[in-house]
Amino acid sequence: MMRAPRWIARCWDSDLFYSFRRSPTAVIAAAIAFILAFGALFAPWIAPHNPMDVASLSLMDSFKPPIGMEDADWSNLLGTDNQGRDVLSAIMYGMRVSLVVGFLSVIFAIVVGISLGLLAGYAGGLIDATLMRVADVQLTFPSILTALLIDGVITAALPTEMREALQIDVIIFAIGISLWPNFARTVRGSTLVERNKDYVMAARVIGVPAWRIMASHVLPNVIGPVLVIGTLGLGLAVIAEATLSFLGVGLPPTQPSLGTLIRFGADYLFSGNWWVTIFPGLALVLLVLAINLLGDWLRDALNPKLR
Amino acid sequence: MLGFIGSRLLQAIPVLLVVGLIAFAMFAYVGDPVSIMLPQDHTEAQRLQLIHDLGLDQPFPVQYAHFLWLALHGDFGISYRLAQPVAALLAERLPATLELAVTASMLAFAIGVPMGVYTGIHRNTPLSRLFMTLSLTGVSLPTFLLGIMLILVFSIRLGLLPSFGRGDVIQIGGWWTTGFLTLSGLKALILPSITLGLFQMTLIMRLVRAEMLEVLRTDYIKFARARGLTNRSIHFGHALKNTLVPVITIMGLQFGGIVAFSLVTETVFQWPGMGLLLVKSVTGADIPVMSAYLMLIALLFVLINLIVDLLYYAVDPRLRTKR
Repeated sequence: MMRAPRWIARCWDSDLFYSFRRSPTAVIAAAIAFILAFGALFAPWIAPHNPMDVASLSLMDSFKPPIGMEDADWSNLLGTDNQGRDVLSAIMYGMRVSLVVGFLSVIFAIVVGISLGLLAGYAGGLIDATLMRVADVQLTFPSILTALLIDGVITAALPTEMREALQIDVIIFAIGISLWPNFARTVRGSTLVERNKDYVMAARVIGVPAWRIMASHVLPNVIGPVLVIGTLGLGLAVIAEATLSFLGVGLPPTQPSLGTLIRFGADYLFSGNWWVTIFPGLALVLLVLAINLLGDWLRDALNPKLR
Repeated sequence: MLGFIGSRLLQAIPVLLVVGLIAFAMFAYVGDPVSIMLPQDHTEAQRLQLIHDLGLDQPFPVQYAHFLWLALHGDFGISYRLAQPVAALLAERLPATLELAVTASMLAFAIGVPMGVYTGIHRNTPLSRLFMTLSLTGVSLPTFLLGIMLILVFSIRLGLLPSFGRGDVIQIGGWWTTGFLTLSGLKALILPSITLGLFQMTLIMRLVRAEMLEVLRTDYIKFARARGLTNRSIHFGHALKNTLVPVITIMGLQFGGIVAFSLVTETVFQWPGMGLLLVKSVTGADIPVMSAYLMLIALLFVLINLIVDLLYYAVDPRLRTKR
């Protein structure tokens, strides 16, 4: 029982947390991100309506405007869509999907990026040259194009009946692959510096296997930059997923993400029902902005030269 | 000079071959062209005949070489979805995409450079802060959302500009169509090019700002001030000139990115370009179009890199003396 408060106190006093407290932007961004993530995570319990429950929808309620306009209703703060679905609840459920896909693709990209980056940096030679050449070529293409093509090819290769079930895995894979070079290059750079240091030489002399040197000696030294790129990568992944879903190649309509909501809402723009697409869009921008601000802060905070 | 171009070309060839290999692998192994092209009630002999006609019984390197040979001659196969030659489909849509990309780049340059110069010279004025905040929002704002918002404001609310299509186009020569020469074509170009160019604009602005800050610290600027030159001549005659070389490089390198990225903008505005074709092909599992697009974009990137390298060579005299 005594450990928890001490752990919190140590965390509170740490350099990182000190710089966090001193940066109003970081605190606000963290607060926004926390509120959005909380709303998304606990959507089934705290959302005012269940947008997945088709039985509760009534076409009578369709296109109710948001609060502040005529005919608005307090039970639908941000209005309703064409089927009478509550926009606020749809956003909360949609953000859940967006965040899950974003996190999983970044984790996938980190795992691939770290493994290949360590390998390239530690092995050197032909492996290094090939891997980095691939990374360079891939980086010149916009990541959305890579993700779109990978997604398209895998979907075309899958049998039709499996497509919908695997769509979410395909999209995580596609976005993850489109992001790996960022991590691999950073990790490789740090590995090149670390591997010639005396402690690695010493470890090698006493016969520690190469994978163990990489995992337990080199890896901890490269984790800082990976954390920063990971945070910024989460923003990129969320945008990538939203863009793919908007283009209609992303998630199936049964699992609407923010991008899907924006795509379907855009059809009703011309009939004047702007809130169906603009509010999910604002939620997306707010989420990405908060993530980017946190990433920027983390980069400055972890960089000892700027202290 | 010739050696320089030669070495660059030699570096480009493996990249193109690898991209071609990926494109070929997509073409050959994803989906089953034989079962698509065969009639329902085919015999085994017909199937084998078709496999032979398509060259699918040849060894892999032979097939790959054949594929490359055809691609070099502008033959990328037939679209599964539209049943037309892929090369013709792409050629028909190329002008729309290129005009949009060029306009977007120009716009990004014309607005991004002055904004960057201003924020570089006046670092802490409210207007600079506003520009910097705007640029951060520009990075966080997904392209398609910006497009939707512009449509909402300028097409639906104000009714000023069209929300989709290219407007009237004029045919030039055998195959080029241009929207530059008609009023409706120019009006249709405004919203898509802003949407496509905004990200580039923020990038150029930040780059020019960083370069200006760097250059304004150097000795020759101090010296120019000591000589009593006017601020205007220092900022624009001496400082800006030296920041533009990296800016032009980045713009050149980014142009391929703009062409590729235009697929999002083209979908929002239903712009009849290559990007829209690609997105529809991905939804329709149309592999030949995807593989041809991939090769075309790779070629474009390689060409642009080469041109940028040559420009660098022409602009920066130091590169010439070293060799």
